[in-house]
Amino acid sequence: MLDLTFEAPAPKVIQGAKEEWELVIGLEVHAQVSTRAKLFSGASTEFGAEPNSNVAFVDAGMPGMLPVINEGCVAQAVRTGLGLKAEINLRSAFDRKNYFYPDLPQGYQISQLYHPIVGEGEVIVEMAPGVARRVRIERIHLEQDAGKSIHDMDPAMSFVDLNRTGVALMEIVSRPDIRGPEEAAAYVGKLRQIMRYLGTCDGNMQNGNLRADVNVSVCRPGDYEKYQETQDFGHLGTRCEIKNMNSMRFIQQAIEFEARRQIAILEDGGSIVQETRLYDPDKGETRSMRSKEEAHDYRYFPDPDLLPLEIEQAWVDDIKAHLPELPDQKKARFMADFGLSDYDAGVLTAELANAIYFEAVVNHVEAKDGKLAANWVINELFGRLKKDDLGIEASPVSPAQLGEVVALISKGDISGKIAKELFEIVYTEGGEPAKIVEERGMKQVTDTGAIEAAVDEIIAANPAQVEKAKQNPKLAGWFVGQVMKATGGKANPAAVNQIVTGKLGL
Amino acid sequence: MTELTRLTIAGARDALRRGDITSVELTDALNAAVDGGDRLNAYAHKTPDVAAKQAKAADERLKSGEAPDLCGIPLGIKDLFCTEGVASQAASRILDGFKPQYESTVTSQLFRDGAVMLGKLNMDEFAMGSSNETSTYGAAVNPWRDETGADLTPGGSSGGSASAVAADLCLGATGTDTGGSIRQPAAFTGITGIKPTYGRCSRWGIIAFASSLDQAGPMTRDVRDAAIMLRAMSGHDPKDSTSADLPVPDFEAMLTGDIRGKVIGIPREYRMEGMPAEIEQLWTDGIAMLKDAGAEIRDISLPHTKYALPAYYVIAPAEASSNLARYDGVRFGHRAKLGQGDGITEMYEKTRAEGFGHEVQRRVMVGTYVLSAGFYDAYYNRARKVRALIKRDFDQVFAEGVDAILTPATPSSAFALGAMKDADPVQMYLNDVFTVTVNLAGLPGISVPAGLDAKGLPLGLQLIGRPWEEGDLLNTAYALEQAAGFVSKPEKWW
Repeated sequence: MLDLTFEAPAPKVIQGAKEEWELVIGLEVHAQVSTRAKLFSGASTEFGAEPNSNVAFVDAGMPGMLPVINEGCVAQAVRTGLGLKAEINLRSAFDRKNYFYPDLPQGYQISQLYHPIVGEGEVIVEMAPGVARRVRIERIHLEQDAGKSIHDMDPAMSFVDLNRTGVALMEIVSRPDIRGPEEAAAYVGKLRQIMRYLGTCDGNMQNGNLRADVNVSVCRPGDYEKYQETQDFGHLGTRCEIKNMNSMRFIQQAIEFEARRQIAILEDGGSIVQETRLYDPDKGETRSMRSKEEAHDYRYFPDPDLLPLEIEQAWVDDIKAHLPELPDQKKARFMADFGLSDYDAGVLTAELANAIYFEAVVNHVEAKDGKLAANWVINELFGRLKKDDLGIEASPVSPAQLGEVVALISKGDISGKIAKELFEIVYTEGGEPAKIVEERGMKQVTDTGAIEAAVDEIIAANPAQVEKAKQNPKLAGWFVGQVMKATGGKANPAAVNQIVTGKLGL
Repeated sequence: MTELTRLTIAGARDALRRGDITSVELTDALNAAVDGGDRLNAYAHKTPDVAAKQAKAADERLKSGEAPDLCGIPLGIKDLFCTEGVASQAASRILDGFKPQYESTVTSQLFRDGAVMLGKLNMDEFAMGSSNETSTYGAAVNPWRDETGADLTPGGSSGGSASAVAADLCLGATGTDTGGSIRQPAAFTGITGIKPTYGRCSRWGIIAFASSLDQAGPMTRDVRDAAIMLRAMSGHDPKDSTSADLPVPDFEAMLTGDIRGKVIGIPREYRMEGMPAEIEQLWTDGIAMLKDAGAEIRDISLPHTKYALPAYYVIAPAEASSNLARYDGVRFGHRAKLGQGDGITEMYEKTRAEGFGHEVQRRVMVGTYVLSAGFYDAYYNRARKVRALIKRDFDQVFAEGVDAILTPATPSSAFALGAMKDADPVQMYLNDVFTVTVNLAGLPGISVPAGLDAKGLPLGLQLIGRPWEEGDLLNTAYALEQAAGFVSKPEKWW
């Protein structure tokens, strides 16, 4: 297990008109479970299908239809729990959350209020090298997603698409351990990264596969520490919940706005009303959706159509034994094995596909060249792909090809400058790098005899420069440049440098 | 042709197998009886074309010599069962015009065995009622009459099923039982009805009332027929998570009539205050019959019985309020006509106000209330605790060696339709006083006709068995049936 030592980041402090305030934030993240079928039906979860084409009778709330739990969804929730170092509850149960809405055909959502499948866990959210927030996870439960109401297709009618109805969601509930807008976004990013590594949620926020409800309150400096000591929420301010955020940027903007709104009210002598709010990205503000008094009474009760969900420890153990390496572990390993910087390791492990690509490149070079390989992946490859707006999976340069380029540099066969040309050729034309170097005469001249001859020739032709260089050794660089020019850039610069200084007697 | 309609399932099966009759003949006779029985309002939707087709296919199968027991047997199906392409509307206006695209597991098993469907049977709306008077089709009528000649209730909620079986409008019928909806109407009409152990029959495709209590079961002329039909209806269904993965025995083969040495419990708490003397007498007679058949009679106590009815009328409405939320006018069934400016809330309110009858509305409101914040613990959670205690009462007496428990099935014989119109709804709920405990505990219970009261109306006795031991329970019922020798039939007046 990874042993990260880190400091907690300072909480964000907002200077109000009168005094300083701190933020306290907790999130409920809804992550769509990556499975082919829905939580309680065999209908497909594929995105972008024709409206109402992925709907089983039970999804449509047809009379007499019954839910049957999809084992694959349970396994994904367990996997996610294990990835968040959480306790797995071998016995959990499903409850009905009752409310009326046309995109909720049954008239209730099947969820897990009383006995969630996953208990307490934690996420380490790195904010800077060596600085990280430990966010406690309260629980993860499985629940059904709702469908989609469409109000803008007809002036008089509303339409409903039930494709999403019944798709499995994991609701990941954090404790109020997050202390600023950037931390909140980083927390969502970290959850997303872990779930993408685990393959339990694709994290596609644009499609709504990852959404967050954000609870925000403000308090005076020192109050949060009192809460931490006592776990008494009385030390914290009244919170407002901002619903259904599906962009990291909006999450940050909404929190910032909401905190300032609350501070203004409090400094005016007012008090915060607990309520649900919506963020309007166009106006950059949150507005009230419903107050606590208008809150739905969901009339939760155990779903009598489903037996309690019982899973076996051995099954959990088996899932645990097959968990992939998680981002924190992978990053630490990259730093330890290849001497990468915290930053480089972070960049390479941000997305699993990048990490896999990098490891494949490293397979083609010696371990000592890991750092060089990392530079090439991050600077040359990512830069080039970005220019063409390509993802790593569409890279025209394979890990084997890039590994070969790196190996050629490492062996001294080509210079860094030539390597960039070579990379561009491989990127645009393809081919085996070593062969290209050979065929196109790109190989670096390390034959000291040839270099000496070139140096001698230039010294002989430029006696005045020689005299000046003897007075001012910095001018040796001019000779190196001339030699490189004469050899078409193929001479090994280190060798040229050495020979030039030797011949000039510097 | 009258004789054909009076056959038992077993009798018809044997005659069909011998080739004495054909299913087409039998089905024709019953279709004619069904048409002649309109006055009883037992059938909500007749399906003679479906029946004719199924009968023809059954005759082919019978000729091949490989026909299951129910092959060619004409049955009636309670309107609560979804039948593919055939109106299935739980006797509710809110499901007007609803024809499912799927077949319930129970009916598909009956059809797999070659059964013939004569039509869909009347019932209380969403199975909520004890007199069939909450039906959108109007009440079914009991073929039995007393000297007043008034129309009597066949009981409920499976009133149409009971009326049809008693009046020879089918050889057997499906029923469902949430608090007594098979056993009470069976008792009121002089027929046999068994509610099996919860989980024995799949609930998939049966329109839900209270999911933790609902069970399907057969309603038949006698115990043997109940055994035959129950076997076909039972079995594990992966589509119902609460269905039990247990083998289904040949219940009919277990009917020996030998109950020597069996221990029959007589629960003292069922001796209610103000119980009519005739019911008391019937119960005493039943005890004597079982004793004469060689059973050991033992007084037992089920101390939490008195809390059963209140607990039931919390749990069942709570589940119903949620189960019935799907009837919102959005996707199927009735949708109210909307006025200018009406939105989704008005659509819900108007649709549900028009679509649901008063009793259903009452229960939805009660259920919503007992689940609401602040009342949940006082009502729903307390009722769940009572339910656990009731189950424990039964577990204890079974653990002490009791094989079955004998009680009256109902506190009275059939009453006149309309008699309870102005009564407190609790008076109607009292019809379930002997039967709800069985649903709360998930046990099998059977009602067997055991005699007539002074008005000449049938009365039933209830036997309650151990979980999953329907075979044993049916055999005890068989012994009781033989001892009671109940052969009366209502005189045809319709």
